[in-house]
Amino acid sequence: MAALTQVFGRLLKAVLTLLAIAVLNFFLVHAAPGDPAVVLAGEAGAADEQMIAQLRARFGLDQPFHVQLWTYVSNVLTLDLGYSFRQGAPVLDLILDRLPATLLLTLSAFVISLTFGIALGVAASARVGKVSDSILTTFALLFYATPLYWAALMAVLVFSVQLGWLPGFGYETVGADYSGLARVLDILKHLILPAATLGLFFMAVYMRMTRASMLEVSQMDFVRTAKAKGLSGPVIRRRHILRNAILPVVTLAGLQAGQLIGGAVLTETVFAWPGIGRLMFESLAARDYNTILGVFLVSAAMVIFFNILTDVIYRLVDPRIGART
Amino acid sequence: MIRRFSKHKGAMIGVLILAIVVALAVFAPLLYPRGPWAMVQRPFLQPMAMEGFLLGTDTLGRDVAAGLVHGARVSLLVGLVSTLVALLIGVPLGALAGFYGAWVDEGAMRFTEFFQTIPNFALAIVLVAILEPSLTSITLAIAIVSWPPVARLVRAEVMAVKSREYVDAARLSGLSNRRILIEQVLPNTVSPIIVLASLMVATAILLESSLSFLGLGDPNIMSWGYMIGAARTVIRSAWWLSFFPGVAIVLTVLALNLIGEGLNDALNPHLSRKGHA
Repeated sequence: MAALTQVFGRLLKAVLTLLAIAVLNFFLVHAAPGDPAVVLAGEAGAADEQMIAQLRARFGLDQPFHVQLWTYVSNVLTLDLGYSFRQGAPVLDLILDRLPATLLLTLSAFVISLTFGIALGVAASARVGKVSDSILTTFALLFYATPLYWAALMAVLVFSVQLGWLPGFGYETVGADYSGLARVLDILKHLILPAATLGLFFMAVYMRMTRASMLEVSQMDFVRTAKAKGLSGPVIRRRHILRNAILPVVTLAGLQAGQLIGGAVLTETVFAWPGIGRLMFESLAARDYNTILGVFLVSAAMVIFFNILTDVIYRLVDPRIGART
Repeated sequence: MIRRFSKHKGAMIGVLILAIVVALAVFAPLLYPRGPWAMVQRPFLQPMAMEGFLLGTDTLGRDVAAGLVHGARVSLLVGLVSTLVALLIGVPLGALAGFYGAWVDEGAMRFTEFFQTIPNFALAIVLVAILEPSLTSITLAIAIVSWPPVARLVRAEVMAVKSREYVDAARLSGLSNRRILIEQVLPNTVSPIIVLASLMVATAILLESSLSFLGLGDPNIMSWGYMIGAARTVIRSAWWLSFFPGVAIVLTVLALNLIGEGLNDALNPHLSRKGHA
């Protein structure tokens, strides 16, 4: 029962957050220089007087402010994200069409960064003060300072242009018409570089965090007890230290989900990955504000989804949490 | 404290790198008086192929080195100013929330949480796109997405400090709430704010370069992100156009992160070195 109210509370909070973002979007449209109708029409509609008038009527832009706000928010609530005049399709359709690619990319990057980050962090903490620890820490520091899109470009340059190992462009081989397993493998091959470069920065973050957290926990009393009991180093690290040290890392991973999704805009742009990030980039050049705001709203929804996901991971890692709250 | 900082090897490397970048930025007009946009040689000149053009030229025959040096000004300026603006938003909000508690705290934290949920790079893109790309809108957008950690930090610090005895003493001596907050509590939260701010400048530089990379930079100003974005399509034939600006960003951001770490160790020696993220 308690779990049920908790789930309900979370969902309510998610809906309220999205509602607030819809309101924010509304104010952004009005903050833009110029007539909101022209803003909504984007570049494509700028010349057409009749369409502007239509838009004005449709969004009630001739109505008082609060009515406009209500119209906009209730449109968003009924999943009507407006129409992209540039692409000639409803924004929601455009986004739904591209969403699977983005989910695949961000989830892969999330898993890669968390797995490798924690593994390398544990490895570094086990060798603290030695040369291998310094090397790992230095690399983490470097990745931490590397712009995502530049890492992506350099990866294309090395692994695709120079070595020719992996495709540096697109989602699957155009015109190859693979099906079944061959297609899955083809997509996976295209996925490696984008997912790895998107995950790289976050891997560095999680590695540093894991290392620090492992070192902190390893100074606690219960670890000394385990040592006194005669347990071996690796067993203590895995069963006693890691289980406690991993919690702040998972918390952080949840908080960073937003950045991961923001980063997808850059990665998808470099790799021509057909996701919503690339859609946003294309809409920027076209000044297609409806689509930009739609992608923004959906990416916020994705962040909430990731937060719930880390909450689930949290419970798996530490069963006490479900019981306590 | 300064001694502790100067003993920190990483921080000293950081200071050195940053000093070079700052010097190049300051003397940019002297080093390359013709500015970053001047077409000075034939296009696609390879690095070190011709004397005086160490880093080669770009697709229009502009000197890459001139672009880098002039771009340093934008990166540093935007990084610094947007961090200051973020502090101007975050410090008062966090201080009020932590000091007054109750509904002020509740409201301020809900507001902060909301901004932390929004994917911050996506929000920055939306803001710059809608306000039209300019130095002001970029700086403002970066500040708007970077203040929440400041508010949280200041709130936590203020809450920890306000229950100390000297604050009670100040209260007994009849000081007003406002004066207690400004004169007694806030000065004691300065050192963690400085550490956070140095890391925020680094993040702001990354954000600025990412926005410019996407074509959301100020169209009149040469920046590192713009250079990489413009060279993206010719990466196969002219690697150096995107390589060097990237190295400049990595070095600058790395330097700031190292300085931040050094400051952290020097100002908060009792804290273990936790990963800042």
